Amino acid sequence: MSKPFLEVRNLVKRFGGLAATNNCSLEVMRGETHALIGPNGAGKTTLISQLQGQIRPDEGHIFLDGQDITETSMERRALSGMARSFQISSVFPKFTAIANAALAVQARKGDSFRFLGAAWLDRAMMDEAREAIELVGLGDRAEVLAQDLSHGERRQLELAMVLAMRPSLLLLDEPMAGMGKQDSARMTRLLADLKKNYTILLVEHDMNAVFALADRVSVLVAGRTIATGSPADIRANDDVKAAYLGHRQH
Amino acid sequence: MGLPLLLEQAINGVQFGVMLFLMSAGLTLVFGIMNLINLAHGSLYMIGAYLAATLYQMTGQFVLSFLAAMLLTALVGAVLERLLLRRFYDRSHLDQVLVTFGLILVFNDLVRMLWGPVSVPLPLPSLLAGSVQLMPGLQYPTFRLAILAVGVLVAGGLYVLISHTRVGMWVRAGASDRPMASAMGVNVETIFVLVFALGAALAGLAGMMAGPITAVQIGMGEPVLILALVVTVIGGIGSVRGAFVAALLIGVVDTLGRILLPPALGSMVIFILMATILAWRPKGLFSVHG
Amino acid sequence: MADLSLINPDRQSRLLASAQRFVPALVLVVALVGILAYAQSAGDTFLIRVFTRIMIFGIVAVALNFVLGFGGMVSLMHASFIGVGGYVVAILAYHDANLEPLMIGPFAFTGTSDLAILLPLAIVVTVPFAALTGLISLRTSGTYFIMITLAFNQMAYYFFVALQAYGGEDGLQIINPITFGGLDLSQRSTFYLFTLSVLALTLVLVTLLVDSKFGIVLRAAAQNERRLSAIGIAPLRYKLLAFVISGTLTGMAGALLATGQQFISPADMSWSRSGELVVMVVMGGLGSVSGPLVGAAVYLGLELILESWTEYWHLAFGLLIVAMVTLLRGGIADLGTLVPWLGRNVSGGKN
Repeated sequence: MSKPFLEVRNLVKRFGGLAATNNCSLEVMRGETHALIGPNGAGKTTLISQLQGQIRPDEGHIFLDGQDITETSMERRALSGMARSFQISSVFPKFTAIANAALAVQARKGDSFRFLGAAWLDRAMMDEAREAIELVGLGDRAEVLAQDLSHGERRQLELAMVLAMRPSLLLLDEPMAGMGKQDSARMTRLLADLKKNYTILLVEHDMNAVFALADRVSVLVAGRTIATGSPADIRANDDVKAAYLGHRQH
Repeated sequence: MGLPLLLEQAINGVQFGVMLFLMSAGLTLVFGIMNLINLAHGSLYMIGAYLAATLYQMTGQFVLSFLAAMLLTALVGAVLERLLLRRFYDRSHLDQVLVTFGLILVFNDLVRMLWGPVSVPLPLPSLLAGSVQLMPGLQYPTFRLAILAVGVLVAGGLYVLISHTRVGMWVRAGASDRPMASAMGVNVETIFVLVFALGAALAGLAGMMAGPITAVQIGMGEPVLILALVVTVIGGIGSVRGAFVAALLIGVVDTLGRILLPPALGSMVIFILMATILAWRPKGLFSVHG
Repeated sequence: MADLSLINPDRQSRLLASAQRFVPALVLVVALVGILAYAQSAGDTFLIRVFTRIMIFGIVAVALNFVLGFGGMVSLMHASFIGVGGYVVAILAYHDANLEPLMIGPFAFTGTSDLAILLPLAIVVTVPFAALTGLISLRTSGTYFIMITLAFNQMAYYFFVALQAYGGEDGLQIINPITFGGLDLSQRSTFYLFTLSVLALTLVLVTLLVDSKFGIVLRAAAQNERRLSAIGIAPLRYKLLAFVISGTLTGMAGALLATGQQFISPADMSWSRSGELVVMVVMGGLGSVSGPLVGAAVYLGLELILESWTEYWHLAFGLLIVAMVTLLRGGIADLGTLVPWLGRNVSGGKN
């Protein structure tokens, strides 16, 4: 078996007395779409935040492509290919959609210490930004300010920014959160397209989407993974049913 | 420099620190709980001093004048909060800076209209006008000792109020987590007015106590406001305990710095102290918001 | 941010869009030249003085807005940069007039009254001051930033109050005429044009900066720092550099202020002056590059008018500020829309 692309080893994060991440381990293989599911409060967003570097863990290690990145800054992780979309859309509201994507391209190219030429005169950057915007289906909304986009469109825009980073690993925190049925279905189709080319760690509550997209699923309960396996395995797993599916019905 | 003089200055420093604490307590609470930067806090200091001076002149009753002036300043604070500043809790800090800056201009000119441009005397009653021998060679003004005593008393009272009463618990809850406080059924609106009025009264008291030492004049609150902001930042925004520690620190360091260091450095020493502390702890010594 | 949407396929219209950004600045500069021409023909030296002062504070307001409006940093220490720049001029001119060298430790400097040396020197002094204070204030969060910059303003103020050798609280007079190379700047109209050139350069520089890749990062940092970090850009160094650029431009304006009024004193750098600068910026509109220049003109004009009407003009002014901030929903920034043709080149894009 090849080495995992992303490896989480015995991660612990405490807030006060509560361990939000409790000796959690997880492996994501290169090229797979790995879903992370679990009941509310299981610590999924806390885990993603540690992977991305927004929160420092108290114990344990995170490896990306064999490199220990536990102490690496958020910015360096981003530049080494880790791209995150937030549970609550996080964009630059006063920039147009395409400007949002262009900034992500600019960040990747690392040429932000340019002082005189207008950013929008950089053709290559704008073309790449447009490509990302069109890929997520926002082509005709490129010139709209992000604050004027609908909720679903903002989620698409965030995905476009993530893609413009040319990431090696996508950390998607509930990309369908708050979406209607139609938007949700469109996002699922989009992700199904993307999964061919990317390694994805997907946190999602929409079980239809999870089972449609994921190659493997890990179940997080009370800050630790209690099971990992194919969607079918997970569906059949009694522990999971008890801890998660059972929990959900109440 | 002789020991008595050094000692005298050290006590002066503590006394100044205690006064700064009275000024900072309201500032840090209002900031911590209502998330409001109130630059006009110095105006309340000034208003307190003017009211006390006038009331004392009219009645000749020193203590009563002080108490009445405190109450009136609290009232000014409460009215200010209800009529204007509560609209600004959710606005940007820029808007808060602007509106309270505008208020400073308004208050300064209102005071000039009512009391005239010349400073107003706030004489001491004979009981407090003398001095006490603390040790051979050290005569210390009685009034400054009284300030020290009142300041420590108020600080102690505030500590008991905040740590050991129900109201204090609400205030603490409000400071660390506003939604939580509302969820606990605390009447947040009432707490806001009370905190603002209390802060105003304390600022007014600080002004009255400074009045006989400096002078009761227009703009007297502004240098003190900035020191109180320094205290708030060093102590950690929202932390009354932090404000107390930082106020004493600033009071002593400022007073001793001015006599022990060359003037250009002595006048900057507290700001250098602030910069050093913040470089080490960007959120101050006792941060409430983690 | 309509600017980023102006990606027309053909080169010509892109260049046109690029050039259009300078139109408001150009209009203002032309208007200021017109005012000088009028004042000279009418022999109105008062008008020249007033507008020289407006231009100097215009430079400050434009520089302050670069960090305040575009960078989201509410700095209350910009008056201290004015003071630092002003004292560089006044102190060296003082030594020049007295023919005694300025001793800093073992080093002796001869004084000078030549702005060609003094302006670069003002920069050399302002940069480390802005960098150090900026670094400490920017490491903290936005709310602390306001208070700390205010404290630093007061620190610089007290420093100059304590400098008895240079007049202390009374300030320092400049008795010899200030020149720029061969130009005699004590000539009112020459100084007017000189100031106008510095203003024009400032406007061009800031217009270029805010649309540059650096400027885009700065504006992004004002909107969403977390997102900026998540795409791989650490905001601090961009904000710090912007702060230093802004402080330095302000320091240069301070040098001009001292030259123009032949005097500098701690009163020119009081904390309330810093507050007034913020008011000027906001009056002109946070979103545009040249708006704050209009704000400075409106502020100083109102000051002149109110002063002539009533002794209590601060009261009127304070009430005006309170009313503006209170009544304009969504903040006073809306006021910028009162000057729509300026508001457009802005970040906002769509008004």
